[in-house]
Amino acid sequence: MIDISSLHKSFGNNHVLTGVDLSVAKGSSTVIIGGSGTGKSILIKSVLGLVRPDSGSILVDGEDVTRAERDAFLARFGMLFQGGALFDSMPVWQNVAFRLLRGSLKRPTAEAREIAVEKLRRVGLSPDVADRLPAELSGGMQKRVGLARAIAAEPEIIFFDEPTTGLDPIMSGVINELIREIVTEMGATTMTITHDMSSVRTIADRVAMLHGGKIRWEGPVGEMDASGDPYLTQFITGAADGPIETVR
Amino acid sequence: MILLSPLAAIGRSTMAMLSAIGRVTLFMVSAIRHLLTPPWYPREFFTQLVHIGWLSLPVVGLTALFTGGALALQIYAGGSRFNAEAVVPSIVAIGMARELGPVLGGLMVAGRVSAAIAAETGTMKVTEQIDALVTLSTHPMKYLTAPRLAAATLCLPILVAVGDSIGIFGGYLVGTTRLGFNPANYLANTVDFLEFWDIASGLIKGAVFGFIVALMGCYHGMNSGRGAQGVGRATTNAVVSASIMILAANYLLTELFFTA
Repeated sequence: MIDISSLHKSFGNNHVLTGVDLSVAKGSSTVIIGGSGTGKSILIKSVLGLVRPDSGSILVDGEDVTRAERDAFLARFGMLFQGGALFDSMPVWQNVAFRLLRGSLKRPTAEAREIAVEKLRRVGLSPDVADRLPAELSGGMQKRVGLARAIAAEPEIIFFDEPTTGLDPIMSGVINELIREIVTEMGATTMTITHDMSSVRTIADRVAMLHGGKIRWEGPVGEMDASGDPYLTQFITGAADGPIETVR
Repeated sequence: MILLSPLAAIGRSTMAMLSAIGRVTLFMVSAIRHLLTPPWYPREFFTQLVHIGWLSLPVVGLTALFTGGALALQIYAGGSRFNAEAVVPSIVAIGMARELGPVLGGLMVAGRVSAAIAAETGTMKVTEQIDALVTLSTHPMKYLTAPRLAAATLCLPILVAVGDSIGIFGGYLVGTTRLGFNPANYLANTVDFLEFWDIASGLIKGAVFGFIVALMGCYHGMNSGRGAQGVGRATTNAVVSASIMILAANYLLTELFFTA
């Protein structure tokens, strides 16, 4: 469904992506792991057209993303941002129903609100949260609202950017379970960025490790522990010693 | 080599300035294009009308009131040197309508609105809210920039008109209570010497300044650097550049309107 080949992206002398090749099959959940600053977010943002790659190609269902009609293309996607990226000028329900209140997917206000409340309930939030402002919510609740917004228009493809960053281990577990359940329910294709190995084990069908601007290892999550790749093993175990350079 | 380094520094700053002008121009062309093509977001536009226009009324009004009063005192003091105290009402009115109303109104709104727009859009940028807008099929130039540009361009002439009236009233208050002018004569002199073009030129200036205020706020906000420091710098740059551009545009418009 998503085919990335030979993707390059540099910022000045910083060569972030130096030939990424990755395929994500329809209905599968791929988790991209890698150290901070290895270009995981740039990779996802390139697919969405938020970052323009220097070279290489990204095809979604065989269509080049740079040539696709933007509105129709983006209508197929949902994204959960690392910090939630909720619009703090509007109440929670308008955040969730944002896409349903304007543009090609516009619905009557009452219907959009109803859908928003239903999506909030799906992510474990009560209807009274709907009228609160994002700033009044805890970090975990903001992630849930972000998740509700990502799934509100029932997209075919969902991206999760570090869904558990900043959450306590129990809340992380809850969010991971929610993502897994919702993705299975919707049959969506997903790409998740994380360094949280509990997320990887809960969410992933397949795992891809980004290192040195390329995909270092890619395979089913079940084969990850026995991969024999020293970089992947070091990352999974969190060992300070290994081929991945660490600054002390 | 030592001789060349100052030249290199001049060259670098010239290049940086030219590239900044180029970036602002491209941003402006893109903003105008998005302003003129659908989809439009009327709710955002009306929200901005309130934020930019209505909430700027007190600051513009107070600035105009005190400026009109001070202007009356100064013209009286200066005019008395050659027995021309009687020109106070007409010079206050012409000065407010042509220059001080639009320029001071524009500068006060630049301080209030450019800063607010840059801080808001800059924070939206660093917290990925602008990226989120894109993923929700909404173009940030249409949703954020276009309504602010339209609202500021429409609001500033109205604010200038209100400011002109309050400034003239400030001059009237000082003239009649402190300088011994007869109220009826003061008003008659104000009205008799004020021409339509004095007022219209100030309102046109106001529209241009409003456009500059919103453009600079949006440009610096959307190109904000990371973190609190990035947003802080964007806010400062927005106010400084909007203020300088208002003063430069004021000179050019005055040349265009009154010397051609």
